[in-house]
Amino acid sequence: MTEPVLNVEGLRTHFFTDAGEIPAVDDVSFYINEGEVLGIVGESGCGKSVTSLSVMGLVPNPPGKIIGGTIDFRHSGGKVEDLRRVSGRRMRQIRGNQMAMIFQEPMTSLDPLYKIGYQITEGLRRHTKMNKKEAHRKAVDMLKIVGIPRAEQVATEYPHQLSGGMRQRVMIAMAMACDPELLIADEPTTALDVTIQAQILELMKKLNKEKGTALMLITHDLGVVAEMCDRVVVMYAGKVVEEGDVRTILKHPKHPYTQGLIRSLPKMSEREERLYSIPGTVPKPGSIKDGCRFAARCPHTFDRCVEETPELLPLAEGHACRCFLYDSLEGGGAHDRSTTAEGH
Amino acid sequence: MLAYTIRRVLMLIPVLIGMSLITFSIIHLIPGNPAQTILGEQATPQAIEQLEEQLGLNEPYFVQYGEYMMSLLQGDLGQSLRTNADITNEMWPFLAATIELTLFAMIFAVVVGVNAGIISAWKQNSIFDYTSMLIALIGVSMPIFWLGLMQQWIFAQELGWFPAFGRGNPRDPVETVTYFYLVDTLLAGRPDQFFTSLGHLVLPGVALGTIPMAIIARMTRSSMLEVLRSDYIRTVEAKGIHHLSVVYRHGFKNAVIPVLTVVGLQTGTLLGGAILTETIFSWPGIGRYVYEAIGTRDYPVIQSGILVIAFMFVMINLIVDLLYSYIDPRIKY
Ligand SMILES: Nc1ncnc2c1ncn2[C@@H]1O[C@H](COP(=O)(O)OP(=O)(O)OP(=O)(O)O)[C@@H](O)[C@H]1O
Ligand SMILES: [Mg+2]
Repeated sequence: MTEPVLNVEGLRTHFFTDAGEIPAVDDVSFYINEGEVLGIVGESGCGKSVTSLSVMGLVPNPPGKIIGGTIDFRHSGGKVEDLRRVSGRRMRQIRGNQMAMIFQEPMTSLDPLYKIGYQITEGLRRHTKMNKKEAHRKAVDMLKIVGIPRAEQVATEYPHQLSGGMRQRVMIAMAMACDPELLIADEPTTALDVTIQAQILELMKKLNKEKGTALMLITHDLGVVAEMCDRVVVMYAGKVVEEGDVRTILKHPKHPYTQGLIRSLPKMSEREERLYSIPGTVPKPGSIKDGCRFAARCPHTFDRCVEETPELLPLAEGHACRCFLYDSLEGGGAHDRSTTAEGH
Repeated sequence: MLAYTIRRVLMLIPVLIGMSLITFSIIHLIPGNPAQTILGEQATPQAIEQLEEQLGLNEPYFVQYGEYMMSLLQGDLGQSLRTNADITNEMWPFLAATIELTLFAMIFAVVVGVNAGIISAWKQNSIFDYTSMLIALIGVSMPIFWLGLMQQWIFAQELGWFPAFGRGNPRDPVETVTYFYLVDTLLAGRPDQFFTSLGHLVLPGVALGTIPMAIIARMTRSSMLEVLRSDYIRTVEAKGIHHLSVVYRHGFKNAVIPVLTVVGLQTGTLLGGAILTETIFSWPGIGRYVYEAIGTRDYPVIQSGILVIAFMFVMINLIVDLLYSYIDPRIKY
């Protein structure tokens, strides 16, 4: 068995605002194996970005703070470090070198005052012994790898001279320049139009296959998940509600929320009158103290759901779900309920 | 960049013409007969006629303006009525004194203000932030003559650290070439005199620089706070770049434009408004030169003083504008 590159246990990241404490990420655990693509899915505001920023050590502080958990990162040599415990200096050595991130907003994620070439070489020169010239050559190579035409020229241009798709390619080139073991991509294609989306995803898949970079892909698009991922973590209101390999999650989802997400996908074959959407909206983090956070929107809610908080239950090898429907305490009923739940 | 610079310089022509028109008109805005007003009630008709002749007041306006422009273009500002000396020559030592003081004050204001603003924003809500913003608040509301007098009292009279008056030791002059004493003393190979001149700059420079420093600190802080929250700063951090580089190279460069605007405006204000400080510290600058000319109704000197100060204002603006487009590649006019 391969060891995970990243193993997050019980991560809690809270925001301390005037309106009170917001548990944006509340006891989240997941792992990513070498060379694997892990999808993290969930509706807007469920804590996907905050989770990835926590791993990178980039949570805006104040108001945010990681208040619990471990973030174990395994270096290529096999050494494991808890990123929560390392010094800021050590973190800066890892960040951008062994671990890199691509952000949600390609239009604003590049410094408008520096040339593309400089922005790529900056990280290279920080983490490698390359001189200016070598770093520049490497930057141009990276631009070529991510499929930017006229790479030499683009290296001397400023971000405002490039389109959104081009900028996201530059971000990928920048993130991949130091050959990281882990690449975190936070909705890398949400801001782009559909044809460009496909190209960018293909590019990331290719880099993952060729370089063996583990990829943590955050998205709320299950189509992207089906295309790209090996395993999936489903988040809801700051918690993991289900995790499993991509086939299981897409074909046999157990959690009512995951089932709802999949039902709301437009299908080519069935012509439904109206697209299904999960009723209600995501609760504000912190607004639900006891019980399952999905209870108010769930079609299968029963008493226990609002009284107790469900745990993440292992259902099968590598498949777990946070729902009382599958709790053995419910005895024989669990099976019936699960079939009902799946029947939708 | 070059094309823009040329265009921007050409755009100055109408501004400069407008400026010259205004200063030219000053003498004609005097109610009644200008020559009479300048010479006073008891002037003889001959004297008035002679002055009108000298100032060319008998010619039609456009001829007068044409002649005025011609001499301006040759760098000739006319003669002082009081001393009969060439104003261009007479004014330069005063102007140099003011420029030297202003530059010193602005360098002080920028170095202290910018760094205080950057660190305040970076360590927002820290003790440093609170203290420096409190000092800045006091700084902007401090009457400058009061600050100057207090400084003289504490640092010159009580502690004796810095001289309170003038530009340097009058009994040991070095040859004046540029009239910038810091430059002249170095040209003369006299580092001792250089430090004497520098010492003389400290108190008036700090007094003059305090308000700009406070304004610059506040502007830098607010501009930095906005920039440090932006996505591209997070990207730089994600690359593992050192804090100092994140804050100064990426943060400050992006925050600098509004700061630059304030620096330009404040420099202009200091050049034109240093009279108070110059009086308190007996600084022989352009403010006092023009002020004395007003006392003796020396109109050509007043006109020239206004023209020169306005001209420097325009030049500062030009420099600031060119810096904008040099720093930000998105600025294209
Ligand atoms: N700077 C902040 N200050 C206060 N609260 C924040 C801040 N950033 C995030 N949050 C809280 O964290 C929660 C999760 O935000 P996050 O950005 O992780 O959502 P997301 O899953 O990435 O959503 P999206 O799909 O829209 O990107 C939000 O609901 C918000 O309440
Ligand atoms: Mg997000």
